[in-house]
Amino acid sequence: MVESESAVIELKDVEMTYENGTKAVRGISLRIRPGEFVFLVGPSGSGKSTIIKLLTGEVEPSVGRVRVNGFSTRNISERQIPLMRRTLGVIFQDFRLIDKKTVYDNLAFVMRAVGASARESRQRIPYVLELVGLEDKAHSYPNELSGGEQQRVAIARALVNNPDTIIADEPTGNLDPERSLELMDLLVKINELGTTMVVVTHEKDLVDRFGKRVITIDSGRVINDSVGRYVGGHIHG
Amino acid sequence: MGKHNFGYFVHEGLSNMFSHGFMSFAAIGITVACLLIMGTFSLVAVNANALLADLEQENEILAFIEEDCTDQQIKALEKTLGAVPNVTSVTFISREEAMEKFLEDYPDEEYFKDLDPEILRDRFSLKIDDLELISQTVEQVRNTQGIGGINAYEDVAGGFITVRNVASVVCIALIAILFIVSLFIISNTIRLTTFDRREEIAIMRMVGATNGFIRWPFVYEGFLLGLLGSTIAFFLQWMLYEAVSKGVSTNDALQLIDVVPFQQLWKPVALTFGCAGILIGVGGSLSAIRKYLQV
Ligand SMILES: Nc1ncnc2c1ncn2[C@@H]1O[C@H](COP(=O)(O)OP(=O)(O)OP(=O)(O)O)[C@@H](O)[C@H]1O
Ligand SMILES: [Mg+2]
Repeated sequence: MVESESAVIELKDVEMTYENGTKAVRGISLRIRPGEFVFLVGPSGSGKSTIIKLLTGEVEPSVGRVRVNGFSTRNISERQIPLMRRTLGVIFQDFRLIDKKTVYDNLAFVMRAVGASARESRQRIPYVLELVGLEDKAHSYPNELSGGEQQRVAIARALVNNPDTIIADEPTGNLDPERSLELMDLLVKINELGTTMVVVTHEKDLVDRFGKRVITIDSGRVINDSVGRYVGGHIHG
Repeated sequence: MGKHNFGYFVHEGLSNMFSHGFMSFAAIGITVACLLIMGTFSLVAVNANALLADLEQENEILAFIEEDCTDQQIKALEKTLGAVPNVTSVTFISREEAMEKFLEDYPDEEYFKDLDPEILRDRFSLKIDDLELISQTVEQVRNTQGIGGINAYEDVAGGFITVRNVASVVCIALIAILFIVSLFIISNTIRLTTFDRREEIAIMRMVGATNGFIRWPFVYEGFLLGLLGSTIAFFLQWMLYEAVSKGVSTNDALQLIDVVPFQQLWKPVALTFGCAGILIGVGGSLSAIRKYLQV
């Protein structure tokens, strides 16, 4: 129990079966400590996105227990789910920005959604935009930006409510290798500022380059958990 | 957190409304039409009721006594009539009293002045309790030994009772049907805006907005649609009512009908329209947003 106190994310003997009977997760236990940077890798269909959904509370474990930043997502009450999600920043492969809103308004929108005032937004947003290198794009619309810039807006949005943990599901999936590297550098920098980071990726080169903890998933199980290298066979997008 | 961000929610609700101008217009139109139909039937029922109450107040049945009755027989007759169900009072009026009353009612008609009371008959004036039962009561009085004739407004009363009953039944059925129709239309209008905003809703959920926060703009959208609908319906109803009462009072056949003035009715009408409109709007929006708030 003392040990689990020090983990921000903990899965214990977790199984997850979708309604159509697909067993996506077949008994996973893992622990992630505050401030860690973790790559989650594995072949397509191995269950990585399902693990992310277990962490955000989009799906519930069929068996076992998931703890995220002090919340247990098993038996979590309807009212607590929003509070749990406020401790997380989530980034997706397809950015999911609101096209009708400027960069600034995209960020202000999620701050407002959790009760921040316009004044708090004015203070926080320039800081976050500077961190991701987009201070001069505040009044651009998403479709006026490159893919890499859009993904940095998504990172800024994940950061803006100051989460304990950022979870990214293939954040570089839509970017060319150079942009991918820049983006990963940015995630590492944010992690060094104290945010725990869980990144799902397919990109072996990137993973090998950073020398971080790598958890390899296959067929809904952890097949390797070690520092530094992407272990495992064939990897396809 | 905690405080209700009224300005923001109303602003969002309004911009939802304008983002689907035509559908909002249609939703308001349907709400107006539904409220108007409900309102019209209710007001007809109210008027029929008021007329019936008037008739009940004034209504007396005159029962004429056979010429050959003795004073004693008349006394007995009074008792018999008093025992008829639904009759509340029996008053004997002699032909002389009837004559005097007649002359009082028509003081200008010189012609009647020299009339002989002998052409009139002694009579009882009967007051009755429930107008709906007037036919049975009249029948029973008519068949009483010693009564030679009767004078009652049973046809008039029957007519108004029918109008009132039909209006009430139609009213209740219409209210149920139209309520559901407007609810459905408003719900569909708001479903369009929730569909437009599904990405925003998904993002809000992902970053931890509460269901209440996500719901409020749509609730205000529904509220505003309902409120606008009921306001427009109220003024149209008012105009319609004034037009109809004017028509009734200038129509020869109908001018005996006293239409209840709108001044006496506007408060309950406004209250009912307002509540119904808001209920329809808010109910519609809640049903529209429900599916986005699961999981
Ligand atoms: N909503 C769903 N309903 C039913 N089955 C699903 C659903 N989502 C995913 N699955 C199935 O669960 C398994 C794991 O899927 P998941 O999306 O977690 O894989 P992944 O590791 O993220 O794959 P990829 O690398 O392609 O994104 C797959 O077999 C998939 O078909
Ligand atoms: Mg995936």
